[in-house]
Amino acid sequence: MLRGSVRWIDERLGLGPTLRTAMRYVFPDHWSFMLGEIALYAFIVLVGTGVFMTFYYVPTDAVTTYRGAYEPLAGLIASENFISTVRLSFDVPGGLLMRQTHHWAANVFIVAIIVHLARVVYTGAFRKPREINYFIGVSMLGLGLFDAFTGYMLPDDLLSGMGLIIAYAVGLGIPLVGEDLMFLAFDGPFPGSDALWNRLEVTHVLLVPMILAALIGLHLWIIARQHHTQFSSGSDEEARAKSEKQLVGSPMWPAYALRSLGLMGLVVGFLFLLGGLVQINPVWLWGPYEPYLASNGAQPDWYLGWLIGALRLMPAFEPQIGDLTVVPNAFWGGALFPVVVFAVFYLLPVIDKRFFGDGRKHNVLDRPRDNPRRTAFLTAFFFWIWLTFVAGATDQVFLRMRIPYEAQVWFFRFVAVLGPFAVYFIVRRWAEELRERDVHPLRGWNGRLVRRDPVMGGFVTLDGGQDGAVVPEEDVAAHEPDVAGSREERATAAPPGPDGA
Amino acid sequence: MIRRLVHRRAWLPRRVRIAVALVCGALALLGLAGPGTQGSEGAAATKLDAAEGPVGSSTGAPPDQGLVREGRRLFVDNCSSCHGQFARGIPDRGPSLYGAGAQSADFYLRTGRMPLPEPEAQPSRKEPVLTEGQIRALVAYVATLGGPPIPEVDIAEGDIAQGQSLFAENCSACHQILARGGIVTRGVVPDLLGEVTPLDVAEAVDIGPYVMPTFPWLSDEQVNSIARYVEYADDPIDAGGWGIGHLGPIPEGMVTWLLALSALILATRLIGERTAP
Ligand code: HEC
Ligand code: HEC
Repeated sequence: MLRGSVRWIDERLGLGPTLRTAMRYVFPDHWSFMLGEIALYAFIVLVGTGVFMTFYYVPTDAVTTYRGAYEPLAGLIASENFISTVRLSFDVPGGLLMRQTHHWAANVFIVAIIVHLARVVYTGAFRKPREINYFIGVSMLGLGLFDAFTGYMLPDDLLSGMGLIIAYAVGLGIPLVGEDLMFLAFDGPFPGSDALWNRLEVTHVLLVPMILAALIGLHLWIIARQHHTQFSSGSDEEARAKSEKQLVGSPMWPAYALRSLGLMGLVVGFLFLLGGLVQINPVWLWGPYEPYLASNGAQPDWYLGWLIGALRLMPAFEPQIGDLTVVPNAFWGGALFPVVVFAVFYLLPVIDKRFFGDGRKHNVLDRPRDNPRRTAFLTAFFFWIWLTFVAGATDQVFLRMRIPYEAQVWFFRFVAVLGPFAVYFIVRRWAEELRERDVHPLRGWNGRLVRRDPVMGGFVTLDGGQDGAVVPEEDVAAHEPDVAGSREERATAAPPGPDGA
Repeated sequence: MIRRLVHRRAWLPRRVRIAVALVCGALALLGLAGPGTQGSEGAAATKLDAAEGPVGSSTGAPPDQGLVREGRRLFVDNCSSCHGQFARGIPDRGPSLYGAGAQSADFYLRTGRMPLPEPEAQPSRKEPVLTEGQIRALVAYVATLGGPPIPEVDIAEGDIAQGQSLFAENCSACHQILARGGIVTRGVVPDLLGEVTPLDVAEAVDIGPYVMPTFPWLSDEQVNSIARYVEYADDPIDAGGWGIGHLGPIPEGMVTWLLALSALILATRLIGERTAP
């Protein structure tokens, strides 16, 4: 059947050779290569559910009255963008499912990009010749965050309104141009004019998604052109050199495409399951936003929590010339901090070349332990971001655990400065140790084979290894039947040939 | 108002207002909350003096002399160490209770706030150490010192939508919009779930315990609506499924990382690699 359709297309468009090559495209056989695909499928869900919602969302803060199924707000007079969101949630069939699935998909989209990014940086996949695609990936993370933020603003509920005013204040803090910039974006001082809502919507549903879609296409095209990276088939130099040249894995058809479609089904199904079962951003409970309203404990979505944390941790530092505040405090945490974080990501190929690696081409990935200093640097960096992220929840920690707020802030400041160094040295040492011993903490074999003596009842060690000794693979395989099922087969399985299963 | 000016050491209304401003500043992170979270709208609403509230049994009816005497005895035993032998207050220990009224005594005793373990502590809700009968006696005694009676509240008269917007204007900056509580510069703001009754709400709005301000501009009808909303917020309509605590983004992020991410990584781990032939 497949052959038939390829021929059908070939006879009409002459794309046969292209399709045939695509079918034979080889994907590496390691689960971590699928993390990016989670983001891809979450994006598809975002577009699907998002289009549905644009049919009902009204981007204006003109006032209207709610007369719908949600009793407690019956008769509420509020802005149309809020009320249309409540209507979407209660009065449009399937509307709430779509809204919640959309929001969960946004969360999963971002989280999948982050773990995919972690995979790429820890294994050195960003190195020559793949820097361009790496830059595209980092840009997509930035755009994804921005788009998620604009989406969070659209319902104009109490929490999103507070997010908007913080964004406005951070924007004002940009030296020299801040005020004009914000004036331009909001079409006036906060809360801006009605034009803001059109702008937000078009940015959220059209502008950024189009750019993202284009970048995703480019990202995939470049991958196909350069082929995937892969892990080395063995730890010796010879295997490494061979892996540089020869790609080992499963072909698109009949293997990988099915696997990937399976993942798509899982992601889509799981997101709709979350959307149907777990409540997210119940705007009908937050109520509409007015500039004079506020709620304690209001938080942005988690993916911006690191900025809130940074705002809190930054000491009150405002350089002044005479009476003029040159840089308002909000600038440091809210604007400079993310710029620094993204700058480090963008500069990573350069940093890596200078400090951790070489300028050569690499098709073979490093395992994190193979380059202890890079791994340690990245972990320290991630730790730093994670710490500011956690600091964004200090008020809740105080409330639930009664650890004084001020003490926490000082603790976090202290750890934010010294912690990364400690993490660097610990992780570096750890990676060196792992590299030396070549044990795998998560998989494979580093236990001992024993057999229960049927007569005496005790245990006899079969491999005779001492503590920490590496068991030769053949030995382990030979004893397999004795401990059936207690060991992962994959560790000894021969790498599959390029033609796949 | 004068009662408060005279008797409250540290939490004079102006201070309170500053506290609120600071709170909102801290909340909206580094003082970005914008103008007057204190509900300029609400101020325009009907002004109603607390003293004009409904006259409750404890001042309207002639006080039961036996009950008052019992209350007086309990007061000397349990309260005089801070509030003084004759309830005139002791500097740096406890305020005078002249003018506090049955309302305040009822609130502080029923919610277990009094007797306070130590003068510096923030009063907080506890299981009352006194029995109901003892509380009634103490309330009757404090009522003889003058002050507002126990207010009446009827949530059936209230309206949730009005309550929600009044709560957003007046209370959510401290108590969180679904009354889940939070922190302010000078203390912990409790949640208003579970044990908090409509009567507690009506009393608290009038008394302004600890750093909480008073809300003289709220009419009885508005207080009914707020109390009704607070009841509703305890167990609101979770049309979307599991409510994960009604705290907003923090639990949502936890679900994303701990539930969604681990489920999906497990899935890729299971299907992402070909098993050996
Ligand atoms: C450890 C000292 C202490 C003890 C003991 C104590 N109180 Fe208090 N009380 C205080 C302090 C301090 C305040 C002010 C708290 C506040 O503003 O929230 C207060 C406030 C009050 C108020 C509110 C006053 C107002 O102006 O509204 C009442 C009523 C009250 N106490 C009654 C009592 C009664 C009745 C007892 C005995 C059962 C008692 N207290 C025992 C320290 C104490
Ligand atoms: C400045 C912040 C602030 C504002 C605004 C505020 N409260 Fe409070 N509220 C507090 C604090 C702090 C307490 C705890 C007082 C104590 O420890 O005795 C409290 C206590 C209460 C209690 C008693 C809770 C219990 O567990 O016994 C109720 C009821 C209450 N508030 C209702 C309200 C309502 C209704 C509003 C709005 C009309 C409001 N509050 C506005 C800070 C505030």
